[in-house]
Amino acid sequence: MAHGPAKGIRRWLFATNHKDIGTMYLWFSFTMFLLGGFFAMVVRAELFEPGMQIVRPEFFNQMTTMHGLIMVFGAIMPVFVGLANWMIPMMIGAPDMALPRMNNLSFWILPFGFTLLASTLFMEGGAPNFGWTFYAPLSTTYAPPTVNFFIFGIHIIGASSIMGSINIIATILNLRAPGMTLMKMPLFAWTWLITAFLLIAVMPVLAGAVTMMLMDINFGTSFFDAAGGGDPVLFQHIFWFFGHPEVYIIIIPAFGVISAIIPTFSRKPLFGYSSMVYATAAIAFLSFIVWAHHMFTVGMPIAGELYFMYATLLIAVPTGVKVFNWVSTMFRGAITFETPMLFAIAFVVLFTLGGFTGVMLAIAPADIQYHDSYFVVAHFHYVMVAGALFSSTAAVYYWLPKWCGRMYNETMGKVHFWVSFIGFNITFFPQHFLGLAGMPRRYADYSLQFADWNMVSSIGAFIYGASQLLFLYNVIATIVAGRKVSDPKIWEGAEGLEWTLPTPAPYHTFSTPPAVK
Amino acid sequence: MASESNYYVPESSWFPVVTATAMGLLAVGGGLAVQGRTGLPLLVGLALLAVVLFCWFSTVIDENMKGLPGAQLKRSYVIGMGWFIFSEVMFFAAFFGALFYVRVLAVPWLGGEGDKAMTNELLWQGFEAQWPVMQTPDQVVGGSKFVAPHENMGFPGWDRFLGWLPLWNTVILLTSSWTVHIAHHALKHANRARFNLFLGITVALGLTFIGVQYVEYHEAYVEMGLTLQSGIYGTTFFMLTGFHGFHVCMGTFMLAIQLIRGLKGHFKPDDQFGFEASSWYWHFVDVVWVGLFIFVYVLG
Repeated sequence: MAHGPAKGIRRWLFATNHKDIGTMYLWFSFTMFLLGGFFAMVVRAELFEPGMQIVRPEFFNQMTTMHGLIMVFGAIMPVFVGLANWMIPMMIGAPDMALPRMNNLSFWILPFGFTLLASTLFMEGGAPNFGWTFYAPLSTTYAPPTVNFFIFGIHIIGASSIMGSINIIATILNLRAPGMTLMKMPLFAWTWLITAFLLIAVMPVLAGAVTMMLMDINFGTSFFDAAGGGDPVLFQHIFWFFGHPEVYIIIIPAFGVISAIIPTFSRKPLFGYSSMVYATAAIAFLSFIVWAHHMFTVGMPIAGELYFMYATLLIAVPTGVKVFNWVSTMFRGAITFETPMLFAIAFVVLFTLGGFTGVMLAIAPADIQYHDSYFVVAHFHYVMVAGALFSSTAAVYYWLPKWCGRMYNETMGKVHFWVSFIGFNITFFPQHFLGLAGMPRRYADYSLQFADWNMVSSIGAFIYGASQLLFLYNVIATIVAGRKVSDPKIWEGAEGLEWTLPTPAPYHTFSTPPAVK
Repeated sequence: MASESNYYVPESSWFPVVTATAMGLLAVGGGLAVQGRTGLPLLVGLALLAVVLFCWFSTVIDENMKGLPGAQLKRSYVIGMGWFIFSEVMFFAAFFGALFYVRVLAVPWLGGEGDKAMTNELLWQGFEAQWPVMQTPDQVVGGSKFVAPHENMGFPGWDRFLGWLPLWNTVILLTSSWTVHIAHHALKHANRARFNLFLGITVALGLTFIGVQYVEYHEAYVEMGLTLQSGIYGTTFFMLTGFHGFHVCMGTFMLAIQLIRGLKGHFKPDDQFGFEASSWYWHFVDVVWVGLFIFVYVLG
């Protein structure tokens, strides 16, 4: 236990150290972020002007599909697992993750899974082209042959998620330092405990959905085929039973990150800690009973429409509690605006906007107008990008000095923030207008009246995309040649066990658990 | 919580990355095999997975015999197994959910129930909703892709119920849950001979169950015309009982390993996690079967 890392490639291939595995997760997810981002650039380049310029429509569909799949499963989910790996043992005073070898297995499945998924682009028939939601029968009867690789890829990626979640739950339930009761845990650990529960509950349902697809495609079953007595809508129910908790799996760890950063830079404890815990749990519970609000136009009975509408609107209550608490934490605080705080404040504002459009979409009669339009695209990018990605970017700036003992370039960080913030809003705010004006999503071409805002949106996307290269440069420059820092508390307002450790964090920490009052 | 200060963290290990490689091969191989291109990568992946998991579990057992893991690590194992079983519950929930959805909603809608009269009128004219579906919508409109069975697995009536295989399988599996519990009890009281005997009986019951299910499937395919292709009834029947049967195979295999370990004298009255985990899994498989018996067979 006492010695440092193994030499060379063995350190990474045979890793059992939570920090090494966390680092691999973070780099992997950033790689996937760039790949998924590249696909998004292709999409926006094609949509820069009406008409077909750069790609063929079939390839455009592959790009939108792969962009969604890679960003959701390859970039956003792993980045938070990486943060959990690095931070949870340090936050709760644990020597490592509870099951270190399984931890490494969870990671190493991902490169195999995503290499397989990405390689379908070069196969006969092309990559999956049915959207990241892979609705049957697009993904069964009319799917390219590579759908089989997609299915098995999802299977192993799902296995990785389940094992990673079991590990996180075991760590949090079993490895807390003596005296750290559940209600004394940092909120990041709480949000991950709840997220891990959601993952274990719904990833198997996704596995069930793709297994049904596999059987329908290759073995003649009729889950999603009305001719045999099945129903394509059944696919949507199963998918969204997974899919709605899935979007909370993406955003709940972000809540934890923001709940760590805002108190630090406001120099005040988090307002309403216990209400944050209960609100997170309430959101997680509600996520299981609202799934069909994604399907208001599919022809559900009216009682179903009403139930799913009201249940969905309820989510605004615990979410409102959280936003209120973040704002109240900042209220009358001694706030400074370092890069992590800028991203965190942007998160609060933009995530709230994304939440409001969510409330609009939850209203069934209104959704019949908005459904499958760019309004939906704008809505979920406000929560996925400005929510999940902004918060994970904030987390990297916030904890990077702790990880490597070097300070990032603050000026460059602020430039990255402002360019990202402006680029993001230029990209996605106009998509609200496009959607309300009736532009449908997932098309390679559009009517002329949508031309102006599409061009604006594309320009914003290129700005946002380019600014991420600055982020990459800043991170590498920090690791290689950043200004050395050694204060255990990098940020004067930071509280928690992780800030009692030396900077940079030693290879093994808390081999003997600290006592928590 | 005396062991708190020395939680066992293994140094480094080649098992995870090789396991991941095997799973990658399985994914590629699975994709190739279902397209009928080649089964080789799938077989190599399976073989590699078997070898590496054997090594991995052997190492964990060795570590345990050496006393490396303290009570705290054992709690991690318990938590891990518990949540793994929960994930399996959710996997079956997806298939049970599909069954309930088609029975309660989709099939009646195809028959024109509720506001779906035009669905029936325009698309599947003449289809009448019933469960089990003994005539698929496809057949009604003259298709031949999905041909319904001429017999189903439902309750055959009191005069024939003694020859009803699922009933016997229920008896077998419930008995096996009881025998594995007796084995556990015996182990806790250091009665090794009784433990080995009752665990042996449990494994034998598991194998019997698999045999009976094989006979049932054979009957379904050969005599009843009930296949994967016979519409939504065959689909849900085979997928639910099939995945359950696969889990019975896994559970029997796990218990058989524990039996071998028991014969080698691995367990102590207070240290038997491998066996306990397998027995929890076995109880879980048993509970799923009770659900299947009720919803797939009795109410089928």
